[in-house]
Amino acid sequence: MKYIYDFSFLTSKIHNWFLAHCSSGWTILWEMVIVGLCAITLFVVLGLIFVYMERKVAAFMQFRLGPNRVGPKGTLQAVADTVKLLMKEGFTPQAADMFLFNLAPFIVLSVSMLALAPLPFAKGLQIYDINIGVFYISAVSSISVIGILIAGWASNNKYSLLGAMRSGAQIVSYELSAGLSVIAIVAFAGSMSLSDIVESQRTGWWIFKGHIPAVIAFVIFIIAGTAELNRAPFDMAEAESELTGGFHTEYTGMRFAMFFLAEYVNMFVVCAIGATLFLGGWMPLHFGNLSGFNHIMDYVPPFVWFFGKTFFLVWVIMWFRWTFPRLRIDQLLTLEWKYLMPISLVNMIIVAFVVIMKWHF
Amino acid sequence: MTNEELKIFISAHTPEVVFEESQFLNTTISFDKLYSLAKHLRTNPDADFDYLFCLSGVDWKDHMLVVYHLTSRKHKHNVVLKAKITDRVNPEVHTVCDIWKTAELHEREVYDLFGIKFTEHPDLRRLFLDDTWGFPLRKDYKDDVTIVQL
Amino acid sequence: MIDKEEIEDLTQAHEEDFILNVGPQHPSTHGVLRLKIKLQGETVTHIEPHLGYIHRSIEKMCEASSYRNFIYLTSRMDYLSAHMNNQACAMVVEKGLQLEIPKRAKVIRILMSELTRLASHQLWWACTGLDLGATTPFFVGFRDREVILDIFDETCGSRLTMDYNVPGGIMFDIHPNFQKNVHAFLKGFKKNLPEYHQLLTGNVIFQNRTKGVGYLSPEDTISFGCSGPTARGSGVSCDIRKWQPYDGYEDVQFNEVLETAGDCYARYLVRMREMEESVKIIEQLIDNIPEGDFQAKTKAVLKLPKGEFYSRVETARGELGVYLVSDGTSKPYRMKFRSPNFSNLSALREIAVGGKIGDLVANMAMLDLVIPDIDR
Repeated sequence: MKYIYDFSFLTSKIHNWFLAHCSSGWTILWEMVIVGLCAITLFVVLGLIFVYMERKVAAFMQFRLGPNRVGPKGTLQAVADTVKLLMKEGFTPQAADMFLFNLAPFIVLSVSMLALAPLPFAKGLQIYDINIGVFYISAVSSISVIGILIAGWASNNKYSLLGAMRSGAQIVSYELSAGLSVIAIVAFAGSMSLSDIVESQRTGWWIFKGHIPAVIAFVIFIIAGTAELNRAPFDMAEAESELTGGFHTEYTGMRFAMFFLAEYVNMFVVCAIGATLFLGGWMPLHFGNLSGFNHIMDYVPPFVWFFGKTFFLVWVIMWFRWTFPRLRIDQLLTLEWKYLMPISLVNMIIVAFVVIMKWHF
Repeated sequence: MTNEELKIFISAHTPEVVFEESQFLNTTISFDKLYSLAKHLRTNPDADFDYLFCLSGVDWKDHMLVVYHLTSRKHKHNVVLKAKITDRVNPEVHTVCDIWKTAELHEREVYDLFGIKFTEHPDLRRLFLDDTWGFPLRKDYKDDVTIVQL
Repeated sequence: MIDKEEIEDLTQAHEEDFILNVGPQHPSTHGVLRLKIKLQGETVTHIEPHLGYIHRSIEKMCEASSYRNFIYLTSRMDYLSAHMNNQACAMVVEKGLQLEIPKRAKVIRILMSELTRLASHQLWWACTGLDLGATTPFFVGFRDREVILDIFDETCGSRLTMDYNVPGGIMFDIHPNFQKNVHAFLKGFKKNLPEYHQLLTGNVIFQNRTKGVGYLSPEDTISFGCSGPTARGSGVSCDIRKWQPYDGYEDVQFNEVLETAGDCYARYLVRMREMEESVKIIEQLIDNIPEGDFQAKTKAVLKLPKGEFYSRVETARGELGVYLVSDGTSKPYRMKFRSPNFSNLSALREIAVGGKIGDLVANMAMLDLVIPDIDR
């Protein structure tokens, strides 16, 4: 199979150049440094873009203008915010557990960085093409709850503790249906590797190919994903009007910014997974045998496809946030355990049946 | 019931009351008789004063009044009860919390501002001010710092 | 009523009790209300309001000011119903003076009252959305409220605490643009009102959060002295505008909104429909403002005869009573304000105990508490 935009020649060229100039150990090390730098840069850029985007989307929905003073059309607003957060005093409450209090934001942020590893941005442009990519992501993303629990506990604040406990209950519950809806696609594609899943959508995205079960899985994934992100309408952990800020009530300055950044990076990761699994990832829009149409679509770079789909999902999640009221904690858990979870279990059985009967395209 | 009927009704229960008619029918009564009259007015189906819409204290220098504005939703008649307290040092009146629940906060407010104790009130504490403060709505209250006498 | 043991239980809190201070600085107490709540997990098992953080003793200040001046202190009680507070005070002085105010003043007072009620309900709706976690209603509500405040600004000279009433009528005549602007507002608001319903009323999450939450029985409603939309949500008819019509409310056609469910959603619906009724009242009067004086002739220094006067008005939150004791001088001997929020607050314990923290917030939002009115 050949693609117009294939980046594997680029990555292998870099790899070979390093191998020619130093030992294989150093090669790995240097490549890790480069990848790390790229990931951090991507993070910062994403953070800035998402903050700006969120404020503009919110403003659009609330008939406001949004940021429009710093830089052209307010584009530098997020930069100004970051500078402000950097200048703020990093305040630690006296009664807080110093070590854990300072550790928590790093855990949360590094977990969201880890989840970036198996995401394919384009053909051959992937940090680590691990054969259990989907499994890896769901494993790693559940670590973030530990960071949030630590933050809530170490702050020594009752609001923080309540928020952290809510978050724990919430993330643990919603992990289940998120995982089950992902399994539906794994069953369709027959692989856990994200690059294989993308490859399997060459003839059409799973949301089209997978009949109704795939659509159900997609809807459940978006709901569960929003819940795992702790974003409205599932922002129980933060719950500003109830808990005044939840688990990050006591955090200031840059440590608060880390939670903030982690939230946006997590949002990116969840939407990127959603786009990869259900919407074909970097794969262009292909319709069965319309070769002319398919060929035109191939000329659009995979970057554009990948980020376009991801940003579309991000926009949907932002749309949720600025429209819906918040659920109550017991309703939140009811929704998961009484509705989403049974539905996804049944859905998984249907998927298995469809796959066995080879009814999918 | 009209005011005349109410007068007869109240006198039949507590003879030693003083009536005065202004906007409402004012009934002045000694503080120790208040509770039984209030209970009577609430429970008797002919009176059925179920809504206590205002509870206030008034300091008349030689005596103090606790004023209860009552209305009946069913019969649509109003009455004002005034419990007269002559003891300024240790003013006391029985609570009406168990008759009208709204009295709980209102009585705390009167206690806070006038120092009138409501016996058997479930939770009689200062409401707005702290415990060391005087009783500012009493006419003999002096505060040289914050009140400027013109 | 709560038991004595229960109180002692709270004051001598056990080590395993989880006691949370909601407020005085908290996003959803809308001011400086402090609630000490006891939690069992997420469930609220006890609520104890602590008041006084914004107590200014307006009643004492009134005793030192003249019958013309004390009115303006009362704008600062329930600042969202400032006009109705002023109106109640002006009415009590007029009652004492046996003063009949001109027809024009009455109509303008009603118009301003209903506009204030609309503005107050819009702000309540906006904040309810915010309390329940939806941000967008806040801006939708404020968009329409701005228009009303601009109308106030033009006629009264200020936007929130209008101080438009004087004993004997209103302070000055309406602005020439008043009618035109009110018409423009009504047109816009009627177009926007369906948006309110789309955004919150029909939302499943919103209905789950409010339906069946905070039930208050009609008997308790009366016993707690609740009034306004809080009581009408429990099916208790208590609209002073119908019970004891004042300032010409007997001549306008409107319905008293009643819901019987007694939960948060019923209180919500009462307020939403009250907005429609207010629009109806304004529409009836805006083109029929009678010509004539806007103020009755009064003496420069007002002196009320010895006696007691009581006036009641329906503010946006319920019944405001003003109890005035006069000793015949030019200053009130005793002023007492029976504020609607003070009585409504006492029902909070009844409706919120046993619910979750989220229910507590929803309940506070639906009681529509304004803290300066509680503390005075």
